[in-house]
Amino acid sequence: MEKFSKIKAIAADLQIMNVDTDMIIPKQFLKTIKRTGLGSALFYEMRYDQKGNLIKDFVLNNDPFNKAKILISGKNFGCGSSREHAPWALLDFGIRCIIAPSFADIFYNNCFKNGILPIILDENKVKELSEIAKQKKEIEIDLVDQKILKEDNQPFDFEIESFKKECLLNGYDDIALTLKKESKINNFEQKRKNITPWLY
Amino acid sequence: MSKTIYDKILESHLVEEQSDGTILLYIDRHLVHEVTSPQAFEGLRMTNRKVKSPLSTLAVADHNVPTTDRSKGIADKESAIQVETLSKNCKEFGVNFFGLNDKRQGIVHVIGPEQGFTQPGMTIVCGDSHTSTHGAFGALAFGIGTSEVEHVLATQTLIQTKAKNFRINVNGKLPLGVTAKDVILTIIGKIGTAGGTGYVIEYAGDVFRNFSMEERMTVCNMSIEAGARAGLIAPDQKTFDYIKGRPMAPKADKWEQAVNYWKTLFTDKDAKFDREIHLNANEIEPTVTWGTSPQDISSINGNVPDPTVEKNEDKKKSIIRSLNYMGLEPNTPIKDIKIDKVFIGSCTNGRIEDLREVVKIVKGKKVNKNVEAIVVPGSGLVKLQAEQEGIDIILKEAGFEWREPGCSMCLGMNPDQLKPQERCASTSNRNFEGRQGRGGRTHLVSPVMAAAAAIEGKFVDIRKII
Repeated sequence: MEKFSKIKAIAADLQIMNVDTDMIIPKQFLKTIKRTGLGSALFYEMRYDQKGNLIKDFVLNNDPFNKAKILISGKNFGCGSSREHAPWALLDFGIRCIIAPSFADIFYNNCFKNGILPIILDENKVKELSEIAKQKKEIEIDLVDQKILKEDNQPFDFEIESFKKECLLNGYDDIALTLKKESKINNFEQKRKNITPWLY
Repeated sequence: MSKTIYDKILESHLVEEQSDGTILLYIDRHLVHEVTSPQAFEGLRMTNRKVKSPLSTLAVADHNVPTTDRSKGIADKESAIQVETLSKNCKEFGVNFFGLNDKRQGIVHVIGPEQGFTQPGMTIVCGDSHTSTHGAFGALAFGIGTSEVEHVLATQTLIQTKAKNFRINVNGKLPLGVTAKDVILTIIGKIGTAGGTGYVIEYAGDVFRNFSMEERMTVCNMSIEAGARAGLIAPDQKTFDYIKGRPMAPKADKWEQAVNYWKTLFTDKDAKFDREIHLNANEIEPTVTWGTSPQDISSINGNVPDPTVEKNEDKKKSIIRSLNYMGLEPNTPIKDIKIDKVFIGSCTNGRIEDLREVVKIVKGKKVNKNVEAIVVPGSGLVKLQAEQEGIDIILKEAGFEWREPGCSMCLGMNPDQLKPQERCASTSNRNFEGRQGRGGRTHLVSPVMAAAAAIEGKFVDIRKII
């Protein structure tokens, strides 16, 4: 997983509430057996018309937002299915950070497994950032200090769980981390076999 | 200290808890399907890792499978590759797999309970958000992404943070014709699609006690549509009776031992909930969604909302967007909405009881000439049972298509899709833009409401029919 510490980039503003994972990556792209190559299908039905032509007024189709690394959106971003194809598509497009007032749980978790930082921020602050995004000005995200920096030198702080932060900063493979605890897991399993033997 | 059922299950599965609240949770059972697993198995191969507990894992293909004649395999190349990949991966890693021609094949959340794989007090995961279904048995069950699928395959654990407790009480008597689907849609309408985010929901009260296991599954299934990864109902005698004798249920002397343990799985009297709401069952009505989020609900006697009276700007924009997509005018009575298709099936409403309720409505009647209606049983065993009861005959005589089991038009990964602008009364769980096909318009309803709509060609108040 690619590490995340700091990025400074153009942000794309997508002010829609309840952006669901079907919007982010529709079903026909879930047939892949790979994690890569989904960027061109990101927000497919909003980005392309029925003939497959780019829809001009969709934000990600226009320069400089087609190179955005930050996405700003509405409440409950990523609701719906557990498909990790959603963060894969965002990542493949180039998005490394999503800022919204709230996220759906499964999507939120899936982001961290792919080096994407989802930031939960007050609605007013999200609106302020969306104005900056519309002006095509860059926004800087500093994960180490947990700050969002903008032109006015009045950074926004954000919260993140320490373990998740650590994993992003170091690009950890959390399976490798867990496997270091294998003996602990085996001991637990042994105990559980005694308490609930019908499960084994 | 008094505990909720969620607290109890969580504690009994804690391998480790870190100071920052991160926990390592032991996973008892893992369901696997073809769409969210290939990259996980590939990850294991690349890192030379094994499946830690193949016997705790059960795999089936459901999302991509055709529901028409399967004798020639899957026509869509990519779908065929995905299903074949699952079969190969299961062979290579020693995972139990129900193939396409196995009569036990079906939707992962139908076959888990059907096989007795799902039991109270377990932690159950699957790379599918509707894993919450299994909470109906008093299990902690939730959906995970593919990276987490790989994590569970490799370690039989998951790194998690604790959720908060949310109790939803529904007491009173449901009016005739009002179903489990209407209850859960009403709940989602009330708390919103993000209302359960960060929580595990416990459904409590007479209504859920009186529900059958199938009805409980319908409710827990859509917990995720309320934002909660998991929703559960304390197990009781109905739960035990449902499980007893199923192929993977505890046997012989272990049965008694299991039941004794399961009986401890209830919320203590003084347990604290972070949030609690109460609904009156008597007030719940047959429900239809009008928009593109499961929270966009209306009573059958209601109207499509008018965005001009909405004061919140974001909500107003959202309603306008939804109505535009749905091709609906503000203030249209729900009963005036004509439909083109009916889909009865899915992990929400594709079980035998659902089909039994449907035939009660359609027996001796005909599907409206403007409507195409399909019934997709949730599993091969549901299909078989229905055929033994003659359900298929009644449905076919009424003009419904009777299909092979799978996820089908709930998400349209197979050829069962809506065409642009087609309007569907669907017993599935999501009415998102494009969910059932690009431009397709989904109205979520109960099986009896879908059945009645198929006959009338538009939505009708089921209470006037039964």
